[in-house]
Amino acid sequence: MSWISDKTIQRLRQVAELPDLTGTHYRLLERVAHGGMGVVWLALDEKLDRRVALKVLDVSGEEEARILAKLEHPGIVPVHDVGRLADGRVFYTMKYIEGDRLDRYVAQISSVPERLRMVHRICEAVAFAHARGVLHRDLKPENIMVGPFGEVLVMDWGLAMLLGDRMPGDIGGTPGYMAPELARAEARHLDERTDVYSLGAILQFLVAGRNTDKLLRAIIEKSIEPNPASRYADVKALASEIAAYLDGLPVAAHPESFVDSARRFIQKHRLAIGLVLAYAAARLLIQIFFGG
Amino acid sequence: MDMNKIAYAVILGAILGALDGLSAAYEFGFGQKVLTIAGLSSIKSLVVGLIVGITACYVRNKGMIIAVGMIVALAFAYLVAAQPDADTGEKYYAHIMGTGGLVGLIVGYATAKFSEKQTASS
Repeated sequence: MSWISDKTIQRLRQVAELPDLTGTHYRLLERVAHGGMGVVWLALDEKLDRRVALKVLDVSGEEEARILAKLEHPGIVPVHDVGRLADGRVFYTMKYIEGDRLDRYVAQISSVPERLRMVHRICEAVAFAHARGVLHRDLKPENIMVGPFGEVLVMDWGLAMLLGDRMPGDIGGTPGYMAPELARAEARHLDERTDVYSLGAILQFLVAGRNTDKLLRAIIEKSIEPNPASRYADVKALASEIAAYLDGLPVAAHPESFVDSARRFIQKHRLAIGLVLAYAAARLLIQIFFGG
Repeated sequence: MDMNKIAYAVILGAILGALDGLSAAYEFGFGQKVLTIAGLSSIKSLVVGLIVGITACYVRNKGMIIAVGMIVALAFAYLVAAQPDADTGEKYYAHIMGTGGLVGLIVGYATAKFSEKQTASS
């Protein structure tokens, strides 16, 4: 029989985990989540009297905050501040998003086009990060926040790395969303296609159980090809495909036959074609019934 | 006022009106009479296009723009149809109003779609 109860041990663990923010102008409010490489807290910035998300990193290093600070984009959570705790651990603060994670929010989005537009916005943020030379490496619905006005923010850049860098020792990632080359740790240098895979998996998650046509399925399949060389070359290409699909245009993932092209044309212009046919029919009927 | 929308509707109206008029060749055979009908039909639909284009500048509702196109086209078609044919003295209500109304509807629909695209891109 243990003379310290489990409850006491749990409490001691919680207290030990609490970051000591002495000397900073932040006050802890509550624990929010355990993200990649650290714990995220809701904290109050006492100087500016605003709530912020405060992440205490498990590893010592300011790399994550530095990477994130490079990425000023409406689709990426902005970093406010970086600092060090008394015990040497690094923390950084970022904007606190009062929204919902995509995996939960998705139940509120009924239409497939709306879900696709959401993926398109995620692609824009990730493409921006790639343009700044940053790979996310852990994209999944749990790492996407949807704000109160429907804004989409890519979170948790704890596993991010610079493009062209050698793959770090920690494989990271999440099964189901992690590219095979990342899971097998076989690629020496990862590139944008690793994130393309995760975005394809997110797309697949968002349309699962919905009626999808072969064009959309082809886009998903091309995104999650096991061989990186067969995937979209970059996130911009994937975003363009999603936009083309939404606009009813042909997609590169599914070369069209003549019948497919004709069907898509009729589908897209069905009302206009209907009106022209109605005109022709009216002309014919008038000729039959009133013609001389 | 967005001159693009008006120009689009006017040009489309004029072209479709002319084609509608030319389709009378099916009945009368191609000749001076059909060319006159095509010219008058073109002018009629051009005015319909002008009204539809101006409407599209102020109204966003697609159904409303289409309805305006059809109603105005029917009204003009009625005025034209009420005039008896110079040769036969007959009045061609069904011929002129039937297809004229549809031309107005098509002009209204196409202008509403164009207007939608213009709004989305601005």
